[in-house]
Amino acid sequence: MEKLKTLKDLENLRIALKRAIDPKKTYVTICSGTGCQAHRCENIIVEFEKELTKQKLESKVEIRKTGCLGFCERGPVVIIYPKGIFYQKVRIEDVSEIMSKTVVKNEPIERLLYEDPQTKERIAYEKDIPFYKFQTKYVLGNNNFIDPAKIEEYISIGGYASLGKTLSKMKPEEVIDQMKKSELKGRGGAGFPAGLKWELCRKEKGDEKYIVCNGDEGDPGAFMDEGILEGNPHVVIEGMLIGAYAIGATKGYIYIRYEYPRAVKSVERALEQARECGLLGEKILGSNFNFDIVLKMGAGAFVSGEETALMASIEGKKGEPRQRPPFPAQKGIFGKPTNINNVETWATVPLIIEKGADWFAKIGTDKSKGTKIFSLVGKINNTGLVEVPMGLTLRDMIYKIGGGVPNNKKFKAIQTGGPSGGCIPESLLDLPIDYEKLKEAGSIMGSGGLVVMDEDTCMVDIAKFFLEFLMDESCGKCLICREGIERMLEIVTKITEGKGTKEDIELLQELADVVADASMCGLGQTSPNPVLSTLKYFKDEYMAHINDKKCPAGVCKSLLKYDIQKEKCTGCGLCKINCPQGAISGERGKPHTVNQEKCIKCGICYDNCKFKAIKR
Amino acid sequence: MVIIYSRFTALFNTSVSIDKMSSKKEVKTRASAIDLKKTDLILQKFDNKKGALVSILLDIQKEYSYLPRESLLRVAEKLDMPLIDLCGVASFYKVFSFTPRGEHLVNVCLGTACHVRGGPKIVEAIQSFLEIEPGKTTKDGKFTFETVRCLGACALGPIMVIDGDYNGKMTPKKVNEILGKYK
Repeated sequence: MEKLKTLKDLENLRIALKRAIDPKKTYVTICSGTGCQAHRCENIIVEFEKELTKQKLESKVEIRKTGCLGFCERGPVVIIYPKGIFYQKVRIEDVSEIMSKTVVKNEPIERLLYEDPQTKERIAYEKDIPFYKFQTKYVLGNNNFIDPAKIEEYISIGGYASLGKTLSKMKPEEVIDQMKKSELKGRGGAGFPAGLKWELCRKEKGDEKYIVCNGDEGDPGAFMDEGILEGNPHVVIEGMLIGAYAIGATKGYIYIRYEYPRAVKSVERALEQARECGLLGEKILGSNFNFDIVLKMGAGAFVSGEETALMASIEGKKGEPRQRPPFPAQKGIFGKPTNINNVETWATVPLIIEKGADWFAKIGTDKSKGTKIFSLVGKINNTGLVEVPMGLTLRDMIYKIGGGVPNNKKFKAIQTGGPSGGCIPESLLDLPIDYEKLKEAGSIMGSGGLVVMDEDTCMVDIAKFFLEFLMDESCGKCLICREGIERMLEIVTKITEGKGTKEDIELLQELADVVADASMCGLGQTSPNPVLSTLKYFKDEYMAHINDKKCPAGVCKSLLKYDIQKEKCTGCGLCKINCPQGAISGERGKPHTVNQEKCIKCGICYDNCKFKAIKR
Repeated sequence: MVIIYSRFTALFNTSVSIDKMSSKKEVKTRASAIDLKKTDLILQKFDNKKGALVSILLDIQKEYSYLPRESLLRVAEKLDMPLIDLCGVASFYKVFSFTPRGEHLVNVCLGTACHVRGGPKIVEAIQSFLEIEPGKTTKDGKFTFETVRCLGACALGPIMVIDGDYNGKMTPKKVNEILGKYK
């Protein structure tokens, strides 16, 4: 592509690109995010391309491979635009029919449509499906209309226009002013006002300044940033360009975790394209602004997502946090003033510049503005990426968008904020989701992971899970975090084994307070949250483990014993065939028995029994 | 700490002392088994810059499937840093392995979403099928089994990845079926 030397070049290119779009063209949009990749969407794409040639539709139809379209549960997902017909769980065998019926004749194919679980009605259009209907996709929405591998498509829908506006019409101070007015809070977890952060870094003296995009999305169960980086990498680059201009930075880093190879590829390609077009480099769009971005990869360390640790990792060192102050704005990468924001924060910047701070600040609640992307996962019918205005209630999130808990199980808790967050019980489901309300409830917003748990989830086991996670991930620099988390884990493990006492609860509480108070970085400070919140809302489960030596959810193995109820067992033999230990015996047609010595309590028999004859 | 120690012993569990290892003579004799040209190319790509250490190690691991001792010695020499500092960085990050990995890499996601959907049962099933614990390689060198904290494909949990190929909605039964194909 030719280099864009001036703003006029960019606008001319946009006009030309728009003009080249045939309004009559049909777009077969195929989700190619990590979720749908795992559903083998690659094969579907190949098949669509074959059919395109076979049915001679090349001039009328375009196959568009996009990033995450959100509804991962129903992948591979295909949406036919402009009509917006939504197909779920598409298989290779369906492709030919989709092309000949839906694409050519506009006829929907009934069996591929989404079925409303309550009304059993088939829904044809994306906009009518409850999962999408209740969302407001400002940041994630463009994923549907661009191929992330093509910068032209981003430009044709208005990409880099906010950068143009910034460079031609705004002074750096005005950009910061807009950011402050928008009241955008950092989407990475701590929720620090982004505009203020930028201002602090701008005011700092220094010949060289850096900005960083934190894509080390380590919270288990969260993949919002992955969705943006894979699906719309240029929006992040544009946000960083605007930020660099406002702050006075000449160099930027995008740091992506190792576990996201597809996001790395997507950003790598986008950076090359932006450089080729002259959107990165020197004298960008004819201004005096110079800026370039280096891509760095993580190597599997959760704590590296903490901002000072992230900087150390970028410098090639161990990703360990350090004491603040000095803050990164004062002393950051290689000692230079540095501003760090997370992927979603950067991706929101072009929107604020385009629509204005006032527009943005009207969305959301009193103190939490704008929309936020969440990853809705766990025991929920509609797993996927969801963008909603701040202030939506947890109940609406779970039932309206998420479609409730699968298999008629009872909802138990929703975990927000990753390992630094907490578990919120059913009684608080009318809580509006924003930074302040979640904090009041003893959890945090975090980066936006929402993990739904049902009656089969043991809350003590969940506390143990997070403590194990945090013990593994603690860098070990602070004694209290290194030792404290391990001691808490020992106590919780003891409880899950039925060896806990009432005094353990008190000790746990005390330890939790000390670890929170005396740790240096966010990992240690917030590490007791999963324990404290489960103790607060699910103390009865802890007590059942301690007093009754029972795990009500049937998860903690030491407290389980699988038995076959003679009166219910039909002797079908299904449990016997599936038992990996050969611990079940019995004649066909007669009640079976479990050899307790051989049983490893894997629960496979319980899951497989069609007659609910197995008791635990 | 135990994990880090065991990873280090893999590196230092030889009769050669650390001092000896860093002598150039030792490097030459040991290097015969490993093609160090690739290491040199990687070092060149990053201009022998200390600041690029993590990136250099990632590339080396990609090339050799682990961090060979000979390569680490070469990196230490070129970056002019003590081997112990280099190992400090390499052992800090989970991705790096000091021992050769098996022909197939089996990874199980143990993020929260996969955990609540039964991830630990998948780990158990793989453990009993391959007869190794997470972090280990089978004796025949066919499989290395590792766990990971979230792959960002939560809708498909629990997930097992073999050589980059995602297998979603896993059950213990499916583990045997899928792994059986690779045996």
